[in-house]
Amino acid sequence: MIVLATGASGFLGRAVAAELVAAGHEVRTLQRRPSGVPGMTDVLGSVTDASAVERAVDGVEGVVHLAAKVSLAGDPDDFRRVNVEGTRTLLDAAALAGVTRFVQVSSPSVAHLGASLAGVGAAPASPEHARGDYARTKAESELLALDRDGAGMHVVAVRPHIVWGPGDTQLIERVVERARRGRVPLLNGGTALIDTTYVDNAASGIVAALRRAEQAHGSAYVITNGEPRPVGDLLAGICLAAGVRPPHLSLPAALGRAAGSLVERVWAIPGVAARAGGDEPPMTRFLAEQLSTAHWFDQRATRRDLDWAPTVSIDEGLRRLAAHYATP
Amino acid sequence: MTAGVRADTAAAALPPRNLPGLDPSWSRIVDVPGAELDAGLTRQWHCVDTADALARLGAPVTGTILAVHGNPTWSYLWRRLAAESLRAAEAGEQAWRVVAVDQLEMGCSERTGRHRPLPQRVADLSALTDALALEGPVVTLGHDWGGVISLGWAIDHPERLAAVALLNTAVHHPAGTPIPAPLRLAGARGVLAASTVATPAFLDTTLALASPPLAPEVKAAFRAPYRAADRRAGIGGFVADIPVDSSHESFAELERIAAGVAGLTVPALMLWGPNDPVFGDRYLDDLIDRLPHADVHRFEGAGHLIAEDRPYAPALLDWLARSRDASSLRDGAPRPAAARTPQVARPQAARPQAARPQVEERAPQAHASRDQAREPFTPLWRALEARAADDATAVIDMATRGRAPRRVSWRQLDARVRDIAAGLTRMGVRRGDRVSLLVPPGPTLTAVLYACLRIGAVVVVADAGLGVKGLTRAVRGSWPDVVIGGRPGLAAARALGWPGIRISAERLPRAAELALGVSCSIRDVADLGAGAELPPEPGPGDDAAILFTSGSTGPAKGVVYTHGQLAALRDVLGEHLGIAPDTGLVTGFAPFALLGPALGTLSATPDMDVSAPRTLTATAVAAAVTASGAGIVFLSPAAILNVVDTADALTHDDRAALARVHTFLSTGAPIGAPMLRAVARLMPNATPHTPYGMTECLLVADITLEGVTAAAAAPDTGVCVGTPIGQNRVLVSALDADGRATGAPSDEPGVLGEIVISAPHLKSHYDRLHLTDVAATRGTPRGRGPGRTPALGSRQRPERASALSSTARWHRTGDIGHLDRAGRLWIEGRIQHVIVAASGPLAPVGPEQQVESADAVRRAAVVGVGPHGLRQAVAVVEAIPAARRPGLADPALTAAVRATTELPLAAVLVVPQLPTDVRHNSKIDRSRLSDWAERTLAGEKPGKP
Repeated sequence: MIVLATGASGFLGRAVAAELVAAGHEVRTLQRRPSGVPGMTDVLGSVTDASAVERAVDGVEGVVHLAAKVSLAGDPDDFRRVNVEGTRTLLDAAALAGVTRFVQVSSPSVAHLGASLAGVGAAPASPEHARGDYARTKAESELLALDRDGAGMHVVAVRPHIVWGPGDTQLIERVVERARRGRVPLLNGGTALIDTTYVDNAASGIVAALRRAEQAHGSAYVITNGEPRPVGDLLAGICLAAGVRPPHLSLPAALGRAAGSLVERVWAIPGVAARAGGDEPPMTRFLAEQLSTAHWFDQRATRRDLDWAPTVSIDEGLRRLAAHYATP
Repeated sequence: MTAGVRADTAAAALPPRNLPGLDPSWSRIVDVPGAELDAGLTRQWHCVDTADALARLGAPVTGTILAVHGNPTWSYLWRRLAAESLRAAEAGEQAWRVVAVDQLEMGCSERTGRHRPLPQRVADLSALTDALALEGPVVTLGHDWGGVISLGWAIDHPERLAAVALLNTAVHHPAGTPIPAPLRLAGARGVLAASTVATPAFLDTTLALASPPLAPEVKAAFRAPYRAADRRAGIGGFVADIPVDSSHESFAELERIAAGVAGLTVPALMLWGPNDPVFGDRYLDDLIDRLPHADVHRFEGAGHLIAEDRPYAPALLDWLARSRDASSLRDGAPRPAAARTPQVARPQAARPQAARPQVEERAPQAHASRDQAREPFTPLWRALEARAADDATAVIDMATRGRAPRRVSWRQLDARVRDIAAGLTRMGVRRGDRVSLLVPPGPTLTAVLYACLRIGAVVVVADAGLGVKGLTRAVRGSWPDVVIGGRPGLAAARALGWPGIRISAERLPRAAELALGVSCSIRDVADLGAGAELPPEPGPGDDAAILFTSGSTGPAKGVVYTHGQLAALRDVLGEHLGIAPDTGLVTGFAPFALLGPALGTLSATPDMDVSAPRTLTATAVAAAVTASGAGIVFLSPAAILNVVDTADALTHDDRAALARVHTFLSTGAPIGAPMLRAVARLMPNATPHTPYGMTECLLVADITLEGVTAAAAAPDTGVCVGTPIGQNRVLVSALDADGRATGAPSDEPGVLGEIVISAPHLKSHYDRLHLTDVAATRGTPRGRGPGRTPALGSRQRPERASALSSTARWHRTGDIGHLDRAGRLWIEGRIQHVIVAASGPLAPVGPEQQVESADAVRRAAVVGVGPHGLRQAVAVVEAIPAARRPGLADPALTAAVRATTELPLAAVLVVPQLPTDVRHNSKIDRSRLSDWAERTLAGEKPGKP
């Protein structure tokens, strides 16, 4: 079928687009920069631009919506404009264009309320309780998307959890860069058990949602490797793969959360972020919670309903990461 | 009005509609023509009645449960029974109608302004059931004073009565015993009105007894009908109605009910919360004397409000279903005249077995009698009697704190046993009475033990290894009539208020006797019995002993053995090890030390602090072997460790003595090959054995060092404990995907499941733990199951042809493991330690052994974290070198551990030391560790496990 993938220039988006091509779909992309993935048609533009969106969905049967503003800090209005209004624009256009399958790529943070999650399923998205602008706007957009589910257009929401792999600039590069500078602390010894998703598994899970939209529509699914690991283990594995010294400094989690709150407020002062080199804040309350509370998920419904299973284990993923860093 | 409590009148009213758990549609107001004082008047009762709800379900009604609350509660107490019974009826199980009354002046029933002594209350209840035209079969259920009233109804309506069930109550107040302090206080003049009526203090105190505490909205519901003082007159009336002595107006009625109860032959169930400041174990014991056939379950840790504390409703309905299945609840069945009075109703001796309607159902004793009837029964004391004229040594005690070993001849031992037995009899100790033995092992314990056995007194053996709290629970739970102890035991008995007449093992100065509340010494008892007649011998089906489990998995449980079963234990031990009169035993492990005289062979206890097996040295073992010439040595695992560690001190002569030992047994817990080999080096001509057993069946399977070595080459995971001893049978009840042992027991090799055993010397039953008995025999031919609780019911595997023989008694051990093709048994953990992952159940021991194969791991435990059915396996290890603080293992150790096992491990954690259970010191406390891992991996700061 003809499938539109938004946000295909991102780390996960590129992998999804490639996976769609590999699955035999004719792939069109929509993003501001060329996707750089061979074998597909790029429509350049933002999801916030209604006319670009209209052009992109024309004649399309399936949509995989990945485009979003992903950040730990930033202008709340930007998050809303891209994540909420962009999704609304895309949904409207897709419905008009006769799209039959719509996969909303969401995030488990839409239902992460700051407490420890152990072996839970995909709880309903909760904008009023979600932590931070990103999670809040993603929660809203997931609700918007699932609300459009119906006989004409099957909508499935998938929430890949902490996606990583070679070439990831969001998580891996930051961890490695900060570890190099000795700036990755473990909170409470890094014992919190968390689920993560190797990028190939996230991509195949998302494509599986498109394939199984008829069976799975109307629901949200968390996608992970199904191999929860302590944060400390994962960070150490990533650092070792990149050839840098693993983190060894442990901070009390409460201190980390307090520091996160403080940094968030300082970063919100105009100009601070720019003077810091445009980097993300080193710690936010949300990040501190993510790094100090368990969040791992029941994958049984995901695997059953999407008829999907991860193919790359964490250990294999770390080997691929090491190979990536070993290549000059 | 006979008591000076002012009371107003008010009509009955329906309870508020929003009380948690109480469906307003169950409530009804019944107009009842009054009885006795109320003759000619009509009284209004509020009842919870599920008749209409059952009619809506269209379920054919099995019978009625008539539930009577006590003081100061109301029918709200029974809301869970109403709900649970309707749930059962809806599920197509038995449909019991529940009629839970609010007694007059109480709850939402009428306030008549009249004082209602006990006879009036019993008559009131009859009037209500007449008004309801309640027909049989009726099961009465009562709590607190409602228990007495319900039993009053029961003895007055034999034609309709099917069964009686009781929660914490009492029918008799033993003369000379002060009434419990809280009631004495409440009943004191002046305080009465103040505490029970004018303020809600009595009500609040009662509600505060719940453990765990009641939710505020539940407390509010209990208080709802008692908001104002004029609503509480009935509470004061009840307290005033406690018959403190024979002059009380209700005394005669209480006596009538107490005597009548002893004549009841219908099935009886008692569910008890022992932590009750009023209706404690004393009253339970009294009721068991009156209803010796009752099924009794003490919920350790629960208190007076047992109906709030524990799931009594499923327990009651399950019991009714099982009793009913055994056709023992017969509507209007002719009741055999059983003219018994409590004075002669000794629990075991005078039990009218033929009159008991559910012999097939209950029957541990009856079964034992039949088992033994096939073979001649040789009581434990027979070998001792046979050598009564023998001056050879029977017992050597080396633990004499530096003094010369104490030797007792067969002649002396026999005479001592006879004298003590006769003395105890003259003191009034009878067959079935319980005697708690808190005497350290040695000749005195041996003599007292055999004396008790000889007269049929039931010995209660709980060792100091349980700790003071565990011991208190054990002694109070078994409610002994007599405690015989050394000074420490008696001091604890005194200080902690343990029940029973106290007899000291050694003669004490008068001042010490007074201080410890001791009646006399064992020597006094022997003097009293010198030359006196012995009573008739107990039979093989009579209870002989209650041994306590280790308590490593919850509160220690009392395990009851009959004489026939103890004799069978002696026989299996003697036959398995080929023990002859000239064999001789050296034993650092009490239970087997005590069997020496029964086996007719010399037994020697080495010099050690018996409460601390680690104090035993190699030299002391050698000395005991030299003194006794024994060919068999028994040691506990903890003792073995120290014996091996102190081997360097052995002299040439010591080694020569040890070389004469032909058999060595590690008893208490299986030990590994390295330790067995180390012992084998000390006793080069001995065959080392490490048998598998438990308090419920001391010898199940056995393996020698040679067998352990052979098993090491097998691909199986777990600890190989060898093959069943003698006629023992071992089967496996397979685990289902949910980790429950629901498979029909089978001998199919390679199947992981719960170990199910049968042996002639298997325990009779657990003491006052009816529900535990049901669980331990579930799905076996003489078992009480399968019940109707969700854990047992619908999701059973399709039944395979059962390998269970229908005549043997079986026991679920709680251990999990498998059988191999050679019939060897492999233990892989405890059922509660099974990790139920998304892929199915996993046993911990196999992966633990694999993890322990890593060079940098000293000891390991594998536990689960996360929700049941989705658990993630986690390895917790003691590393080499030891970690200084608990936390994540470093990346290298993590990788090394993961490499040892195919089991996916979510995390590898290190701890300086794994927690072990108090008594064994070798069993890793996996439950505690699992909780700790759960917290740590949720992101909490890793504390001490």
